[in-house]
Amino acid sequence: MRSAEARPRSRFHWCDPMSFRRIKDSLTTLVAWTMSILVTVLTAAIAAALLHRSLPILAEHPLMHLVLGETWEPMNGEFGLRAFILGTVWVTVLAMLLATPICLLTAIYLAEYAGPGAKAAVRPLVDVLAGIPSVVYGLFGVLVIVPLIQDHLTPFAEEHLAGVALLSPRPESGGYCVLAGGLVLALMVAPVIISVAEEVLRGVPVGIREASLSLGATRWETVAHVTLRHALPGLVAAVVLGFSRAFGETMAVLMVVGNVVAAPQSVFAPAYPLPALIANNYGEMMSVPLYDSALLLAALVLLVVVLAFNLLAQGVLALAQRRAAR
Amino acid sequence: MSRRHAVERFAQAAMLLSTVAVVSGLVLTVGVIVANGARSLNWEMVSQLPSGGYYLGGSGGVLNAIVGSLILAVGATVLAALVALPVALFLQPEYRGETRIAGVVRGSLDLLWGIPSIVYGAFGFTLLIYLGMRASLMGGIVALALVELPIMARAMDEVLRMVPAELREASYSMGATRWETMRRVVLPQVFGGLITAALLAFGRGIGDAASVLFTAGYTDNLPRSLQDPVASLPLAVFFQLGTPFPEVQQRAHASALILLIVVLIISVLSRVLTRRLTRFAVK
Repeated sequence: MRSAEARPRSRFHWCDPMSFRRIKDSLTTLVAWTMSILVTVLTAAIAAALLHRSLPILAEHPLMHLVLGETWEPMNGEFGLRAFILGTVWVTVLAMLLATPICLLTAIYLAEYAGPGAKAAVRPLVDVLAGIPSVVYGLFGVLVIVPLIQDHLTPFAEEHLAGVALLSPRPESGGYCVLAGGLVLALMVAPVIISVAEEVLRGVPVGIREASLSLGATRWETVAHVTLRHALPGLVAAVVLGFSRAFGETMAVLMVVGNVVAAPQSVFAPAYPLPALIANNYGEMMSVPLYDSALLLAALVLLVVVLAFNLLAQGVLALAQRRAAR
Repeated sequence: MSRRHAVERFAQAAMLLSTVAVVSGLVLTVGVIVANGARSLNWEMVSQLPSGGYYLGGSGGVLNAIVGSLILAVGATVLAALVALPVALFLQPEYRGETRIAGVVRGSLDLLWGIPSIVYGAFGFTLLIYLGMRASLMGGIVALALVELPIMARAMDEVLRMVPAELREASYSMGATRWETMRRVVLPQVFGGLITAALLAFGRGIGDAASVLFTAGYTDNLPRSLQDPVASLPLAVFFQLGTPFPEVQQRAHASALILLIVVLIISVLSRVLTRRLTRFAVK
């Protein structure tokens, strides 16, 4: 090998400034490697720790029994998480049903229609609001949304929606219900979905838009048939990001959702989502056997669902990039 | 043709309506918090520790939570930066930027970004039990740092990638090593951006309640060491709201306003700083 001969053999001298510089370089590279590996194994480490701590309860009860079990009586050794899982699903799905269409329309407006003035006004606002703490949104829910549901929506539902599946009124909840949680969550995830979706839409090449417009399509037709089609994977990723944010959100939901252990039958019924279960009980009822193990299993369920959705989003995006590169 | 125009009209109206709905919902949130908080916010709230009967309506303030939150968030931001900056360097083309392993690291950061903070809290608490410690400032800082890490690392990666390749190449052509190039050329260029990234994470950290709920505990005193439990603003809001006394609940509103003001100050500060510190950066 010529190159091996050409390169001077690296000799090490403390006093030689060059080898000192090289050592510093190698050291920083080593730190960069170490921290990156740390970050990479962190997710697995968290999952492993939670799994390890939920093994005691998994040894006592089969997983399916725990996840689908309907009775939650820790004192009697019954740890069915079904009501909590359904509570989480109800609140999250409702929030996404409310937020997705409105946020996507807003993102399209900002990316395709809004003039520079409207953009300059709305964009920083959305950014700032993305950083507002969840307890603040929760407090807003307690102060505005809960009374609104109790005083206006419940009477309306009693008059018009009694007996309608999923929408039947529950006056006894006092406004603390799935709908309150869904509304607060929808508001919370809106800035996240809007900013990601808008960025995706802005990434769509101008050329294909112009091609569509030059064929006589209206602006909306261009958006619907060309831009959205091109941006679809990114938009899916934006919605999934919002979903996973909503799925694990704790405080804001906990404050308005009622926290009654029962699978909700209506949006006006109270619910008890998984994060609220963990937040309300962990660290306290440690004397009850297997209780903390059950709560960490709940955390593991949350983690697994969120990771699954995030991996899905990453997969969709990677697929789209490969398709775009072709 | 008129049908197509009607569709266009309808779509535009729907989009405008959505935007107005989102914006007014968000503005309403801030407005309600400000209006309710301002009513019971006074100097005593921000300057005094809670007295004995504070949670029954006695005198005092939430200074413990304000100081606690600031210490927690500063500690977590420093700790997260110690990990995030090397990771962000690792993702640059000089190091492992365009290789498969960098993709894996980026993917991991995305996964970490999506993990709910309650899970970080539960994980932090199991760590504390494992180490034989109880809820403390140390535990809270570690849990918050985990929450902040992915936000900061992603932001720093984006910032570093904005540095023009020519600038780096000029440095390499003078015989500088990678670290020297980073330290003397790239980092000074993006200093403002890195501060912004840290402030973004700081703002997210100071408002996070679920991760410090078990790991930092809550106390009416100021922490004296890393082993002491520490109060935080989000939990102050939560606990005061949970009491049955209207005057204490009023203080929860005031505490929420304090938290909101802190977050908004950080947000504005990061914008101003970015503009100032990047004034002389090469674009």
